[in-house]
Amino acid sequence: MITQLLFRALDKKAIWLVVALVVIAIAIPFANLVIPEGNPLHIPNYAVPLFGKYLNYAMLALALDLVWGYCGILSLGHAAFFALGAYAMGMYLMRQIGARGVYANPVLPDFMVFLNYHDLPWFWHGFDQWWFAFAMVVLVPGALAFAFGWFAFRSRVTGVYLSIITQAMTYALLLAFFRNDLGLGGNNGLTDFKDILGFNVQAATTRAALFAISALALALAVVICSAIVNSKLGKVMVAVRDAESRTRFLGWRPENVKLFAFVVSAVLAGIAGALYTPQVGIINPGEFDPANSIEAVIWVAVGGRGTIVGPIIGAVLVNAGKSIFTGAFPDWWLYCLGGLFIFVTLFMPKGIVGLFNNLRSRKVTQASAAAEAGEDPSTLPQTRPSPEPAE
Amino acid sequence: MATRILSLIALLLAMVVAPLPALAQDDFAAQVNALGPGSFADRTKAMAALVATGDERVPPILLALSDGTLYMRKSDDKVVIAAKAGSDFALTDPVDGADLGTVPSSDIEKIKSNNGLRGKIRTAIGQMTLLSPDRPTRLSAAQSILKNADPAMLELLDQALAAESDPGIKSTMELARAVIVLKTEGALEDKRAAVQTVVSHNDRAAQNVLINSLAEAPDELKPTIQSGINSIGSTLAVWDVGRNLLYGISLSSVLLLAAIGLAITFGVMGVINMAHGEMVMLGAYTTYVTQLVIQAVAPGLMEYSLAFAVPAAFLFTALVGVGIERGIIRWLYGRPLETLLATWGLSLVLQQLVRSIFGPTNKLVQPPSWMSGTFDLWNLSFTWNRLWIIVFAIAVFIALQIILNRTPLGLQMRAVTQNRRMASAMGIRTPFVDAMTFGLGSGIAGMAGVALSQIDNV
Repeated sequence: MITQLLFRALDKKAIWLVVALVVIAIAIPFANLVIPEGNPLHIPNYAVPLFGKYLNYAMLALALDLVWGYCGILSLGHAAFFALGAYAMGMYLMRQIGARGVYANPVLPDFMVFLNYHDLPWFWHGFDQWWFAFAMVVLVPGALAFAFGWFAFRSRVTGVYLSIITQAMTYALLLAFFRNDLGLGGNNGLTDFKDILGFNVQAATTRAALFAISALALALAVVICSAIVNSKLGKVMVAVRDAESRTRFLGWRPENVKLFAFVVSAVLAGIAGALYTPQVGIINPGEFDPANSIEAVIWVAVGGRGTIVGPIIGAVLVNAGKSIFTGAFPDWWLYCLGGLFIFVTLFMPKGIVGLFNNLRSRKVTQASAAAEAGEDPSTLPQTRPSPEPAE
Repeated sequence: MATRILSLIALLLAMVVAPLPALAQDDFAAQVNALGPGSFADRTKAMAALVATGDERVPPILLALSDGTLYMRKSDDKVVIAAKAGSDFALTDPVDGADLGTVPSSDIEKIKSNNGLRGKIRTAIGQMTLLSPDRPTRLSAAQSILKNADPAMLELLDQALAAESDPGIKSTMELARAVIVLKTEGALEDKRAAVQTVVSHNDRAAQNVLINSLAEAPDELKPTIQSGINSIGSTLAVWDVGRNLLYGISLSSVLLLAAIGLAITFGVMGVINMAHGEMVMLGAYTTYVTQLVIQAVAPGLMEYSLAFAVPAAFLFTALVGVGIERGIIRWLYGRPLETLLATWGLSLVLQQLVRSIFGPTNKLVQPPSWMSGTFDLWNLSFTWNRLWIIVFAIAVFIALQIILNRTPLGLQMRAVTQNRRMASAMGIRTPFVDAMTFGLGSGIAGMAGVALSQIDNV
């Protein structure tokens, strides 16, 4: 059954995407490590974790697309799952420092010595084992998403209300993680990492390996998401997105479908976060900022929601733009980002991918274009003539 | 016991002496001149005699002595106050303030003082000011005694208490006296009475006094003091609740204004405006700009700047709101999630715009004088601006009620809220109502910004 699922998952687009990601996973480390400096194809050391970061963001965007693009849940708190995964990884990396910290305490991380802790808080136990930490990367965001989704979807909280409460959730976590007495580093977060699985985090080879892992993890996420959306469950998800009440009346359980999508999405976001921490070298509560979550939404919107490749393109493009703009014209970045929000929602509701599809379908005959639009899962109820009075 | 009787006699004597009119002019001048010759001991005696007169001219003289500007004229041994004028000294008579001309430095001799003397002068000036006819002088003197609680002051304080008629100063003095009594060795009964005095003041200062005295108090007194602290504490807790309530109400009235605006747009149009907070910001900055303009054009109107700022903020933010509705939101009806994103983008742009124009630092909005300052209600002091903000919020709320319930626009808005299609079928121009609604909601947020600028910096 699983092989059948995988076969269906790997439709033509997904296969090309996975192939492209595997090529990137090999090519960039190769260009960084093997091609000598001075060669125009050489990629400098600083760029590798930067590109890795883009791929992690792309994975977050893909996770968000699974719930927003396919299931109609606009989560404005997905950065929270990303940050929780990142913190779980950060805690593992902190424990790996051992006695090499500034205070040379073999058990307690530096900030705990600084804050006069005598014992390790209970939730820090086990994070010295990689398998435990990696399990937590998956379990913590998953559990939070499950608990949150269980209550939210069962109470039939939908639309903007759900968006607002997800935003409230990440904001609450932001405030909690800013507190020093939570035992997670307060506003400084976790940093000064040394080793991951025995390899030096700073070394070029480790970073290249982390990049390759990020690319492969993204490829895996593409396979998973593609499998889900191409399955029967994926069809039900789209049905829930487009007409939740009708789906319910047809005998499906929209809350269970949504909960499944939400938990899978949170787990993917957590893994993306876990890969993000060692490459960036710091994790602090700023990652919980609701603005980050909303920015992630715009990546999806720019790329094209309701598609697998869209969020990846969107995340990479917007973040590359951010890197360039914040370096060259720091004052103009917020104008660009804000303008992008407005422009995309007004003029590009299907994003870049939708734009390409439109161009292509214009070349094809009218009839086949109509057929394609009918199959396109990203058709949304956008043409309602007048707003519904809010209840 | 003997010392107590003696001090009692001294107190009685002092009470008799104090109200006596100042000594005759000549005697006073002679006493001032006695400061000049002789040793430090003589000078101390002369000073004590001067202080005993209770004359209001004494503190400046003693200050001059302490500062080293008190001199003796060699020709007639008269004590003068000298100020350096070029290489010479300009003299004034300390007794009547008359100008005594300018003399070379060889004609005068400085009256020396030392640290011991200066210390005594400080104490003496405190005593003098306690009995001064000037109300603020007495009050500050009483407060300084309360702060230092010097047991040596007790006698003088009793004397001053007997003469004091102002209830406010009297209560401070009583408190100061009680503090001193608690601090010094004395009969338990006196101390108990002192505790009662302190407790009857029933404010934070009194509570602090008791807390400070608790450690040194004799064991028999400790329960009394503790219960006093507790009773003051419970009273204070009640007042604190009152104050927090007022602060909370004033802040929440600003939030109320902001929320009403949001509620109108959401209720009528089903649109969540993520840039609503930026409307509050724009309103606050409009207040700031209005003040700048008034400052430049008609500084005399600064007192009434808010009267211009409120309509200016309303109109400006309402215009911006209508612009947003016509430019962006109109195209996104029926897609609340997209509206959320577009208005979020808009809020980013507006924030950066304001940052580019006004800079990232806080701007100070000057509150008009009738809104600054505090007023006392029983035991609490409230700031006027908080009260005015509540009044303002209520006024806006009433105005909004009138608009919604008594005007054609309000009627149309309510119709659109209840059933958009039916309203449209009845000939109501729903797009116009949407624009007006959004403008109204934004305008109210702008006025909330004006109110906010009075509590906080912009």
